[in-house]
Amino acid sequence: MAEKSPQELLQIDYRPPRRDWMDPSIDFEARRGTWSYPAAPKNLEYLGFPNPREWSPTDEDWKLPDNWQEIIHQGLKDRLERFRSLKVFMDICVRCGACADKCHFFIGSGDPKNMPVLRAELLRSIYRRDFTTTGKILGRLAGGRELTAEVLKEWYYYFYQCTECRRCSVFCPYGIDTAEITMIARELLNLVGLNINWVMEPVANCDRTGNHLGIQPHTFKDNIEFLCDELADITGIKISPSINRKGAEVLFIVPSADYFADPGIFTFMGYLLLFEHIGLDYTLSAYASEGGNFGLFTSHETIKRLNYKMYAEAKRLGVRWILGGECGHMWRVVHQYMDTLNGPADFLEVPRSPVTGTVFENAASTKMTHICEFTADLIANGKLRLDPSRNDHRRVTFHDSCNPARAMGILEEPRHILRTVCNNFFEMPDNTIREQTFCCGGGAGLGNDENMEMRLRGGLPRANAVKFVHERHGVNLLTCICAIDRATLPPLVEYWVPGVEVSGVHELVGNALVMDGETRRTTDLRGEPLEGVADEPSPEAEEASHV
Amino acid sequence: MPTFTYGDLSIEVDEDGFMQEPEQWNEEVAKALATTEGVDELTDEHWKVVNYLREYYLQFGVAPMIRKLCKETGFNLKKIYELFPSGPAKGACKVAGLPKPTGCV
Repeated sequence: MAEKSPQELLQIDYRPPRRDWMDPSIDFEARRGTWSYPAAPKNLEYLGFPNPREWSPTDEDWKLPDNWQEIIHQGLKDRLERFRSLKVFMDICVRCGACADKCHFFIGSGDPKNMPVLRAELLRSIYRRDFTTTGKILGRLAGGRELTAEVLKEWYYYFYQCTECRRCSVFCPYGIDTAEITMIARELLNLVGLNINWVMEPVANCDRTGNHLGIQPHTFKDNIEFLCDELADITGIKISPSINRKGAEVLFIVPSADYFADPGIFTFMGYLLLFEHIGLDYTLSAYASEGGNFGLFTSHETIKRLNYKMYAEAKRLGVRWILGGECGHMWRVVHQYMDTLNGPADFLEVPRSPVTGTVFENAASTKMTHICEFTADLIANGKLRLDPSRNDHRRVTFHDSCNPARAMGILEEPRHILRTVCNNFFEMPDNTIREQTFCCGGGAGLGNDENMEMRLRGGLPRANAVKFVHERHGVNLLTCICAIDRATLPPLVEYWVPGVEVSGVHELVGNALVMDGETRRTTDLRGEPLEGVADEPSPEAEEASHV
Repeated sequence: MPTFTYGDLSIEVDEDGFMQEPEQWNEEVAKALATTEGVDELTDEHWKVVNYLREYYLQFGVAPMIRKLCKETGFNLKKIYELFPSGPAKGACKVAGLPKPTGCV
C-alpha cells in the first residue's frame, strides 16, 4: 500500500508547471510509486524481443541500441504507412481540449501530460518534425520536437501511465482513439527494449504455457478440482468439468486469475454452477487457459501471437463455438482485432444457446459469445431457478469494466443479471458508468505494486463514485466483469472506501442459483454466512468457512 | 540485478526482494529472507507455511491458491498475516523462495 495518506494524495495541484512542456525532464527517483519496473531480460529473451538487459529507469544510461533514433524513426514511418488510422489521429487533432479533463490519471494527479491531448502530443510532436513539411521547416514553431533521449524517457513514463481505457475517446469530437496512440507508442518503445515486466512476464508465460501465471496443465487440473471440492462443501453438488475434451459443443475460456486468485475464484464457481444447472456440453482447455491478452499492451504482432491459441484450440477440440468469461481486454481483442489478425474463424458455427435457441448474430464473425450475454438470455427466457434473497447480505453496485463497456457495448446484460439475482442494486452516478465508466486505474499492465501511488490516483474518480453509493445506499459490494478489476479494485476501495468488497457478476449468479439436489445453503460461495440462516450454521458450513 | 546479502549469504533478487533463482533456496536462505519481512525468528508455524509452499511449488511450478494454502495448513488468512505481515503472496512466498505471480492478480 502507498505510503501517502488519502489526505496527502488529495492535495492535487492542477496548475500547469512553469517549464515549457516541450523540454522534458523526469526525475524517476523522485517519482517512485508512479512507474513500473522494466521487463526482466529472461522474458524478452524467451520472446525474441530486442535489447534484453538489466536496467532501471533511475539509471542515467538506459543502455539503448546506438542507432535507437533511427529505429524509432523507421518504426514510426512503417506504422504510418500500415495504419491509416494512425496518420489520421496524428493529423486531425485540433487540440480543442474536450478530452483534457476526462482522463482518470489527470484527475487524480493534476499532471498536464496526463491530459490525453498532451499525452498524444508527446508522439505527435515527433511526427510533426519528422514527417510533415511545416514541421521539418519550422520545427518548434510548428509544434515539432527532436527525438532526444529525454523525450524517449518521457514516452516511457507517460505511455506506461495510460491504461488504454478509452474514456477520453468517448468525448473526442473526431473520435480519435487515444488508446491506439498509446499502443503505437508502446510498439515503438518495444523496438528499443523499453517495456515493463508486469506486461512482458505475462506475455512470456502466456506464450509458453497458455496463461499469464505460467500454470501448467497438471496445475490447471489441480486448481479446478480444488474449486470443485469447495463447491461441493458449500452446495453438496459435485461437479467434474471436462478439460481438453474433443467434441464438446462449447469451449469455455476464462482469465487465468479466475482459477487462481481471490475473488475471481468465486466467479469461477459461479460459472461452474450455471453450466451444471443448464446441463451445458462444454470443455475447459489447459492450453487455451487464458482469456487475457497482454499483447494488447505490447504490439499488434503480440496480440496475434497470443490470441491465436484460443482459435487453434477450438479447432483442435472440434467445438462449435467459444464462450468467454468475465475478462476485460480479451473482449477488445476479440471484438475489434481478432477477425483481421487471426480470422476468419470459419471452422466454427455462429454461437447458439442450446437451452434457449437464441443465435448470437453479433458474434457471427468471431464465434465467441460473452458469458453475460449468454446468462442474460437464459434469464430472459426463464431458464434459471434463482433465489435472489441469498444475496441479501450484499448491497450491490456495478462497475462497467472499460473494455466490455466501451469496446463491445456490454452495458445492459450485466445489469439485467444483477437485478435478477439480487434484491439490492444501486447505480453509481451517470457520468461514471456505462460508456463513461471510470477505469480501475491499473489496466494495460499497470496493476503492479511499484506503481501503487499512480493506481490510487488514477482510481480516485472510480472510488469516489463508489464512496457516493456506499454513503447514500450502504453499498458494500462492487461488482465488475474483468479480472484486472478484480485484482486492482480491492486495494483501491480498501484505500479510498473501506467497507466495500469486490466480486464478479457470476459469483452472485452462483449464490442465487437453486440447484437440483443441493443441500440447504447456509453460506455464500465465499463461506460467509447468509442472512437469516446465520444463527444456525450447519456443520458443513463451519468446515467450509476456513478463510 | 539487486543482490541481497545477509551474513555470508549473497543471493540475486528482483526489485521487490524475490529470489531470482528459486532452485538455490534452502533453509538458511529462508531465515535470511524472513528478516526482510520483519520476521526475526521462524517458528514451527512459519515453517509449516513455508514448507507447504515449497513442496507445492516443486510439484506445481507456481504458488498455490491462497484458499488452498489456508485449507492445507489449517491457518486462516488472518493467522497467515500474523505470521507474515506482508501476507501470503508477498511475504510467505518470498520467504519460501517462490517467484512473484504476475498478470491479472
